[in-house]
Amino acid sequence: MRRSMLFLPGNTPNIIINGDSLGADAVILDLEDAVSPSEKDAARILVRNAIKLMKFENCEVIVRINSLDTDYWKSDLDEIVPLKPDLIMPTKTSSAADVQIIDSYITELERKFSIGPNTVKLIPLIETALGVENAFRIATVSKRISALFLGGEDLTADLRCKRTKDGNEIDYARKRIVCAARAAGVDVYDTPFTDVNDDEGIYADAEYAKSLGFTGKSAVSPRHVAAINEVFSPSQKDVDYAYEVMEAIRIAKEQGRGAIALHGKMIDAPIVARAQQTIAMAEELLSMRGGRHE
Amino acid sequence: MTKIVKKAYAGTIESSDVYVELEPKDVGLDIQIESVVLNQFGDAIREVVIEVLEQFGVQDAKVKIVDRGALDCVIRARVEAAIKRGEGK
Repeated sequence: MRRSMLFLPGNTPNIIINGDSLGADAVILDLEDAVSPSEKDAARILVRNAIKLMKFENCEVIVRINSLDTDYWKSDLDEIVPLKPDLIMPTKTSSAADVQIIDSYITELERKFSIGPNTVKLIPLIETALGVENAFRIATVSKRISALFLGGEDLTADLRCKRTKDGNEIDYARKRIVCAARAAGVDVYDTPFTDVNDDEGIYADAEYAKSLGFTGKSAVSPRHVAAINEVFSPSQKDVDYAYEVMEAIRIAKEQGRGAIALHGKMIDAPIVARAQQTIAMAEELLSMRGGRHE
Repeated sequence: MTKIVKKAYAGTIESSDVYVELEPKDVGLDIQIESVVLNQFGDAIREVVIEVLEQFGVQDAKVKIVDRGALDCVIRARVEAAIKRGEGK
């Protein structure tokens, strides 16, 4: 389960070595924007060694690679694919063709390193206007696609507008990408809230993202992780209601009744599906808490 | 065998990192280590540095290490990066 994803600069050992203990469900080891061109080679080696030799027991590891319009993306994949990270994040993904190029190269590497076909999964970062418009095609073009990820900063530059705290300028993109991802049957993650000192703003931004259908949200600061985890976890009230729904269904089945009501409200298939999702998530959280403190 | 043909460095002197500097040398390895934990881990750091140099076939080089409490995987990464920058390919 991924509620929070925390970006960590790929060439900064003192941050990477603490990545496992920052509370995020996933860390994104960044080889792209957080690394200067002169340090790309060193960062690639450091990230490869960190994945290989450090134990990330409490979080998944995602590696953000450089975009297709650079000379770095193949070298990034050469180092990272053999280690089979949980996900690879291609950047500036604007079309299905972009995914296919990366997919083909990963397929070559999987063969070379005797890794099963389609083992390596992708979470494309959609951060261009074209990428937003092509989101469904991007999500469905390859078996490797595990989720979509919205990048608000580059997107606003491409839209030629200013990135603001209330995010009106990315509202269309957020809704469009959620719809595309859900239609494709994959997860979808929201752009970070970039004011690291605004401890209240992060709650509002995460709650809005959740209300739109996002699976989770990314962060650029560990300070925002707890808020994101809290918002994207089911509340005790949600969990109690979900169990009530399932119990009502069980009793109705026993009694041979078709139509079921709970607290005066009809229980239909979407409510049951939501209750099942809530219970599954609550149980997963419970098992995760057995291994760590939040 | 890999020959170091130019002065090269990798890493930083920030906490948990290590600065590695390599220079061409005619014969053998000359390794100098400065570390905040030299008494406790100086030998272990030297061993790791030599292991990586051997792994990449570097037999002749002057090596300067400024360690700021880097983990084994970080030292290995920085030495490897310095070798690749210094081998002049």
